[in-house]
Amino acid sequence: MFKTIKTSQLQLFAMLAAMLLIVVFFSIATDGAFISPRNISNLIRQTAIVGVLAIGMVFVIISAEIDLSVGSMMGLLGGIAAILDVWFNFPILLTVLVTVVAGLVLGLFNGWWVAYQRVPSFIVTLAGMLAFRGILVGLTDGATVAPTSSSLAIIGQSYIPSGWGISVVGLLCLGLVAKVYARRKARKQHGVENKAAKFEYAKAFVAVVVLLVLLYALESYRGIPTPILIMGGLILIATYVAKRTAFGRRVYAIGGNIEATRMSGVNVERTKMLVFGFNGMMVAVAALILTSRLGAGSPAAGNMAELDAIAACVIGGTSLAGGVGAVFGAIMGALIMASLDNGMSMLDVPTFWQLIVKGMILLLAVWLDVKTKKAQ
Amino acid sequence: MKQTLLDMRSIVKSFSGVRALNGVSIQLDRGEVLSICGENGSGKSTLMKVLSGVWPFGSYEGEIFFEGNLVRASTIRDTEALGIVIIHQELALVKELSVMENIFLGNELGSFARLNDEEMHRRTSELLARVKLDVLPDTPIRDLGVGQQQLVEIAKALNKNVKLLILDEPTSSLTTTEIDILLNIVSELKQQGIACIYISHKLDEVLALSDWVTVIRDGDHIDTKVAAQLTQNDIISMMVGRELDELFPREEHDIGEVVLRVKHATAKQAGATRAQVEDVSFELRHGEILGIAGLIGSGRTELMQCLYGSYDGDYEAEIELEGRIINIRSQRVALEAGIAMVPEDRKRHGIVPIMSVGRNITLSVLGQYSSWFGAVNEDKESNDIDDYIEQLKVKTASADLSIKNLSGGNQQKAIIAKCLLTHPKILILDEPTRGIDVGAKYEIYKLMFALVKQGMSIIMVSSELSEVIGISDRVLVMHEGRLKGQFDYQGLTQEMIMNCAIKEGVANV
Repeated sequence: MFKTIKTSQLQLFAMLAAMLLIVVFFSIATDGAFISPRNISNLIRQTAIVGVLAIGMVFVIISAEIDLSVGSMMGLLGGIAAILDVWFNFPILLTVLVTVVAGLVLGLFNGWWVAYQRVPSFIVTLAGMLAFRGILVGLTDGATVAPTSSSLAIIGQSYIPSGWGISVVGLLCLGLVAKVYARRKARKQHGVENKAAKFEYAKAFVAVVVLLVLLYALESYRGIPTPILIMGGLILIATYVAKRTAFGRRVYAIGGNIEATRMSGVNVERTKMLVFGFNGMMVAVAALILTSRLGAGSPAAGNMAELDAIAACVIGGTSLAGGVGAVFGAIMGALIMASLDNGMSMLDVPTFWQLIVKGMILLLAVWLDVKTKKAQ
Repeated sequence: MKQTLLDMRSIVKSFSGVRALNGVSIQLDRGEVLSICGENGSGKSTLMKVLSGVWPFGSYEGEIFFEGNLVRASTIRDTEALGIVIIHQELALVKELSVMENIFLGNELGSFARLNDEEMHRRTSELLARVKLDVLPDTPIRDLGVGQQQLVEIAKALNKNVKLLILDEPTSSLTTTEIDILLNIVSELKQQGIACIYISHKLDEVLALSDWVTVIRDGDHIDTKVAAQLTQNDIISMMVGRELDELFPREEHDIGEVVLRVKHATAKQAGATRAQVEDVSFELRHGEILGIAGLIGSGRTELMQCLYGSYDGDYEAEIELEGRIINIRSQRVALEAGIAMVPEDRKRHGIVPIMSVGRNITLSVLGQYSSWFGAVNEDKESNDIDDYIEQLKVKTASADLSIKNLSGGNQQKAIIAKCLLTHPKILILDEPTRGIDVGAKYEIYKLMFALVKQGMSIIMVSSELSEVIGISDRVLVMHEGRLKGQFDYQGLTQEMIMNCAIKEGVANV
């Protein structure tokens, strides 16, 4: 039976198994504190920033490029949001709008150099990593911009009223089951063989159970944190863009073979630039969440965040060679990294050990990936 | 009594339940040449991978005996130690290193601290003399032609004390003279007692060289026969499992008005002194198949790239399509204008290997299935994919299968399907049948005639002169970037084209 499972599914199982292992280990080690509603709420709130960054990054990596500037860019955009809010007292909606547009512009700037000027993305974004940080320090004079308004705090610190939260998750569960049903029906119409009904519905059932358990845990603390709702929405949108739109299809094709894609008449340059633009918008969202949570714009904010985002994508099965990867995987990767951080902090593991463990996990994940591909 | 060198007994190899080899057996004695013939995807390369240890012992059923001993290889190194060396189509030489360094790569003579250069030098000279290659051991590989590199590979194999040499399509990129040299070398190795397995689509070579011919079809061992008793047609009918009435199924079709006029096409790499295409003008008619012949480097491919907007240097041309002047500055413009192209290099420019067959087919026309916000209507898409897979007889288990798993011929059909989905007026085929087996070739020819009957016009670039003459209505010959001759297919011979393509001076333009 194992032979018939595709590599991507194998990877999914491996990730879920790793996640389960981490949860069980830390739960035992912390006498259950790890799975207390309060900690679960904290943990997935911590995931939100890297998760949103990973959503943008996964598109960049699928198109066989890299973006090293997202950490500095997040710092700069967070700084801009704080400045607009603290110094100029912009209304919250305008602050959000300006920040997201600024993110789009910075992303397109990176993308223009990569796609149209053919400068390797490693170099373009390395330059961005330095320059964006420099701009941030220059703008803020190296000082923290604080305190941000209470309305900005909504983005990163508030919780969704429980009635709303429950109905959103309920709709999501229904949607999941409906999707499986619709897909099976479509396949049947095209005479494509369906996998066993039990298997597909079981998968949806597991997802529904996980969602409901999470909902229960979150509701028994303070409710669904707003950043998680934002991340959830972005996951749905990004997955749809990746899997169901022409744009997403072309991104995968460019990563798979850019020359053949160009020969097929796809506007490769524009697509690439848009990938970086999309990534910039995701960075802006992450920056807003970060500034809101910190209640301030700090010149050091977002330092090294690009590495977390890249690690999340890679652990989540995205190939740095391009053409392979998924939004959901990247989110799982972010969750695994955040769980390790959270669990080890609870156990008072010294910071240096945390870095070593995270490094080893990254290595191990990619090694396993290489191994399983070779076995195929 | 001669001892059997190689004895492969009923080899069965499956990939996720699909049998790629279904009980193939071959025997070979010292100093014999066995050719293996079969269409692409028939299982030839799988058989060679089993033999050379790419698929380790235990991953297949059946037994291999070499010099009477059971082979239990787990890597290529193991089989090389036994004296089985395979030379692949894609050569495995390091271009930056010298001939000598390549021959001894991994088997350097001398101690850890100091290499014994004198001895390696001497041995290399000996080996080069054996393969009749007149170059110095210090020559860098990149200075050698493909044919010479092929000989270096053989010298490398001889250095490893080879007993069985496997040549996988060694002549597909060689010139006629190089092929003659290679075939001579193989005959001489044969005299020295070295056995050879020869894999080639070129049946004249197969018959000239082999003692035995084994034919494989769909993983089944069809037959092994004495080469002297076979004709090319015998082999072909064993390969495809039916009689081919003819190689080129020419069909009558009507040729209409001029649809494309190209005037003064010139293409030049930035900074180059010589233009790759120089002042070429020609016309293409409605429903016509226009063949373009010429040597490699004559500018054929570059001329096509100008028409499709994919030339990577500076180019100019006055192009008039159906009376309208168009400026083809990119592939997109070409496709929108109604010009589609099947590129020469299938792996590099044709397929996106990790994507499925279906998604490769619809890559050019995703916009057709998209709503205003870019969502792909997958129902509509699947319908088209299924249609074209059926029409073009693309052999694939499913449209969701990764395209890299298909044979060359079926990949090519999928790329043609991709072009046809754009509903082109003009279809450019650059080397459409290179590296494709006889059966798929025949189907592609049939398809070409079906398309011109529907009113499409086709430009076909090909190095195979018999194909150019057999399929085209009219043939243009190029030489050093210029158009040198134009012929009607009737009464045209290969000699006429070669004379025009090679000799200096202007023919009947």
